[in-house]
Amino acid sequence: MLNTTFLNKQFKNPIVLASGILGVTGAGLANIIKIGAGGVTTKSISLEPREGHKNPVMMGNDHFFLNAVGLSNPGIENALPEIAKLRSLTDAPIIGSIFAGTAEEFGVVAEKICTGPIDFLEVDISCPNVGAEFGRPFAYSTEAVETITKIVKTKSTVPVIMKLSPNAWNIAEIAKAAESAGADAITAINTAAGMMIDIESRQPVLSNKVGGVSGPALFPIALKCVYDIYKAVKIPIIGTGGITTGRDGIAMIMAGATLLGVGSAMYYNKGTCFSKITAEMEEFMKAENITSLEEIRGTAH
Amino acid sequence: MQPFTIKISKIIDENTSIKTFYFDYNLKSQPGQFVMLWIPDVDQKPFSISFDDGKTFGLTVFKRGPLTEKLFELNLGDRVGITGPFGTSYSIKPDYHYYMVAGGYGAAPLGNLAERINGAKIDFIVGARSHDLLLFEDRLKKIPNLNLHITTDDGSAGTKGRVTDVLEKLLENQNDDKRILVTCGPELMQTAVLALANKYDTKCEVSVERHMKCGFGVCGQCVVDDLGICTCMDGPVMSRTIANQIFELGKYHRDKTGNIIKF
Repeated sequence: MLNTTFLNKQFKNPIVLASGILGVTGAGLANIIKIGAGGVTTKSISLEPREGHKNPVMMGNDHFFLNAVGLSNPGIENALPEIAKLRSLTDAPIIGSIFAGTAEEFGVVAEKICTGPIDFLEVDISCPNVGAEFGRPFAYSTEAVETITKIVKTKSTVPVIMKLSPNAWNIAEIAKAAESAGADAITAINTAAGMMIDIESRQPVLSNKVGGVSGPALFPIALKCVYDIYKAVKIPIIGTGGITTGRDGIAMIMAGATLLGVGSAMYYNKGTCFSKITAEMEEFMKAENITSLEEIRGTAH
Repeated sequence: MQPFTIKISKIIDENTSIKTFYFDYNLKSQPGQFVMLWIPDVDQKPFSISFDDGKTFGLTVFKRGPLTEKLFELNLGDRVGITGPFGTSYSIKPDYHYYMVAGGYGAAPLGNLAERINGAKIDFIVGARSHDLLLFEDRLKKIPNLNLHITTDDGSAGTKGRVTDVLEKLLENQNDDKRILVTCGPELMQTAVLALANKYDTKCEVSVERHMKCGFGVCGQCVVDDLGICTCMDGPVMSRTIANQIFELGKYHRDKTGNIIKF
């Protein structure tokens, strides 16, 4: 019932682990498949190892989750054995996520990660938490998005997915730019810039002071972005941002998403997070006599 | 899950590099669990809970980096941010004979456990490099039904040698049908205890320490091979069955980037 085809690849259900959550090791990612996700996205990988920001790097409450991990990762050379390990532990589709400081470096990392057994390449040009180091995210500029998409496309041997930011005021135009530069799909959205202050100590909670908002508060923003992008492009969308229930997932499909990125729901529902969403989606579909997600994709338009 | 800011109510010098910080707060923790301690503008790290009587809890801290150095400068009434308690805890089975094996500041959660099991017979084996680094000797001596066995690397107190040598002798010489080994301390010591639990087919619980960022199962930094489970939520306390399935136990752990570091 939830079987989904995305760029000619079969997913047992449309839920994919969003990049950044629990994606440090191959075994950790394989466990995500075991507990119900249809596919996984690795944590974003860079050319060199990165320690990320000091703690606290994440915090949450009932309404939102906030993080600024600072893109910690072991670097592409050390990440490749983890991806190989992941492939040995699961048949589920793997989305490799990369980021870099320059367009050229995106090309280098793309070429290297494609030597591993990934099915798709997600290009993270939208992390809001490393501005001090890398400047404004590339995802705010149509020119930068075009340049990076073109370079990555020439180096990648798998379909390329560009991950966009809700902090850009014109996300649909940016998605169009990515599409015209050759992107195969869009992930929308990354986190929205935000912060949290501890009023007793009178200080920001995160060591990076500002971070990215995800969780339930991000959901309506993500839904609107996906809705706008679906109108603007023909390539498929991984709708990501604040999905914690089956009803959220169905709404995201109705806005036009093909796959559903789920991350912070791990904070809200722990081990049951993926199976809860898929069970609730199936329950709704049975009640409404919907036999496939294709029937309801984009019906909100 | 936002940090709550609380005041230090008591500070005890355990030895030259270890202090216990007490907070008058009902943490509702179980022995073996941990909290994240945050000092704004410095850092936030996990610390195991060494005392909790429902009114006050304590953290026993070894001075080893910027966060703990800053903590050691704080005074009574100064505030820190706490999140937690997090993680799994040791079993409480008053009808069992406990063999507690603590190395170094591994005595922190086990001392807490020993004080909170009413009625169980306890053999508590605590090891340290030398007598001056030994933790909780006085606290442990006050617990009824507890036999204290001390080992030191240099022989300055108790038996010179390893905690596991003492443990094996006890296991060989004592006859009891309900035994449980619980351990906390350096990983290679814990894997040696686990090996003895396997050899004598005894219940066992170990406490696995991995680099943690969040403490609540989201960052993925403390995931262990090949099970892929988080040490912060499915641990730190793990049963013998689970521990035996952790391929990396005693072999390697990971740094802040996620890279493998061999023991």
